[in-house]
Amino acid sequence: MYLALARAGFRRYATYRIATLAGASTNITFGFLRCYALLAVATATGGSISGYDRPRLATFVWGSQGALAVIAIWDTYEQAERIRTGDVVVDLQRPVDPVWHLLAVDFGRAGFQVLTRFTLPLVAGALVFDLYAPRHLVTYPLFAVSMVLAVVVCFACRHLVQCAAYWMLDVRGPQVLWALLSGLLSGLYFPLWLLPEPLATLLVYGTPIASMIQAPMDILVERADHAYVLLAVQAGWAVAMVATARGVQRRAERKLVVQGG
Amino acid sequence: MADLGLYLRLFASQTRAQAQYRTSLWLDVVGSVLMGVLDLSAVVVLFRAGGVVAGFATAEALLIAAIATIGFAVADLLVGNMDTVRNLVRTGRMDAVLLRPLGAFGQLVAMDFQPRRAGRLVVAVTLLPIAASWAGVDWTGTRVAAVLLAVVGGSLLFGAIFTGTGTVAFWWIDSGEFGNSFTYGGRDFSTFPVGIYGSVFRRIFAYGFGLGFAGYYPALLVLGRADPLGAPDWFGWLTPAVGLLACLVAALLWRTGIRRYRSTGS
Repeated sequence: MYLALARAGFRRYATYRIATLAGASTNITFGFLRCYALLAVATATGGSISGYDRPRLATFVWGSQGALAVIAIWDTYEQAERIRTGDVVVDLQRPVDPVWHLLAVDFGRAGFQVLTRFTLPLVAGALVFDLYAPRHLVTYPLFAVSMVLAVVVCFACRHLVQCAAYWMLDVRGPQVLWALLSGLLSGLYFPLWLLPEPLATLLVYGTPIASMIQAPMDILVERADHAYVLLAVQAGWAVAMVATARGVQRRAERKLVVQGG
Repeated sequence: MADLGLYLRLFASQTRAQAQYRTSLWLDVVGSVLMGVLDLSAVVVLFRAGGVVAGFATAEALLIAAIATIGFAVADLLVGNMDTVRNLVRTGRMDAVLLRPLGAFGQLVAMDFQPRRAGRLVVAVTLLPIAASWAGVDWTGTRVAAVLLAVVGGSLLFGAIFTGTGTVAFWWIDSGEFGNSFTYGGRDFSTFPVGIYGSVFRRIFAYGFGLGFAGYYPALLVLGRADPLGAPDWFGWLTPAVGLLACLVAALLWRTGIRRYRSTGS
């Protein structure tokens, strides 16, 4: 059944072809902006910075521009809106756990985005910049696992943000805070290792947000030989965040008051 | 002018409505200030990590970013919700806007006026003198004038970009995040010295969209230094002209778009 839900998620996003193109073109513009900025910094420091050389930096940027659509980092509106309008009741009456249900749909969506919005920026980046191809064969499966974990962590975090609607109805505030923190702390704006130590280590391992982009990108560009450590940290955050999301969901269901009409 | 009272009422009702959800409003205000700080902190992180990047030190880069951000923030505060036009067109709610006996543009501005967007403006205005003194700027009348003109011109330019990209929805209903390339992308572009960009990309954004004039060229005037890429000094005075030109283009797009509008019917 979860497979069917995932397939539905895939098909739903596959319908919006033009929106997909529009989104990818935006990712590509930002890819250029971030890539030029980071490469200029690398030039200033003699070609490499914080363990990234130029091709690694470029791959980090273009990979993260693609990954942000796969994990749908800023997609925090739909469920919150359903909670506000009361439509969520229909979801809760289904004989499926709502968190697993939404996660299955999200996997379908992510699958579609891998084929489109992940690939397009990487191709665009590869046309203009020198990208880094992983040297070790094992990196490819490790990266795939890492992206799956990133999707789970990001889904759970977004679910928590939207669950705020059960208590506050208007969740623009939490959404803005999330948009802000997730962009900065995930490594989307710049690799977190550019920050001074010990802040960098603290942020990379200490928040679930870094597991969404920083971790998979470090694995992809083989920045250091600690891919397995990163994966373990990601898995830990995935379990912790899904557990939190389910706990909050259960409390929210008890609290829910549907407004009539 | 009789319309002005109506617009003010729309503003007031918007503000009151948003004040109803107090926790959310406060989180939003805090978020807006933080957003302003964090936007600019990316500049600091990159320049600290790199030392002198493309010929500019951290303080000089911050001055560029502050000038550009003030222009962006003013535009965002006033017409930032132009990027919701696509939602109105898609859901058919644009019909209601057009049926009312008020200008569509004014209504859209007043309908979703968000005072909380001021956070970014406050941050940038505070930062400007700090960055300037850090960079050792000696304030003269000419330099103050350059900053003021840059801010006015930058607001016009970003306002035009918001409006222009908003109108894309009239032709292309499901344009999604397409406009963000130019609004938020434009902001990011203009917060860095243009020398860091590759030449084709730089020409499109700095001259094609005029974004080099939002922060970079005026900041050179204020810093009293020549452009490492060889542009003449007087480029820094062109910002208002660039802003007006952009507004003209945006106004044309808007008029054509509104006239072309067909309801989606649902």
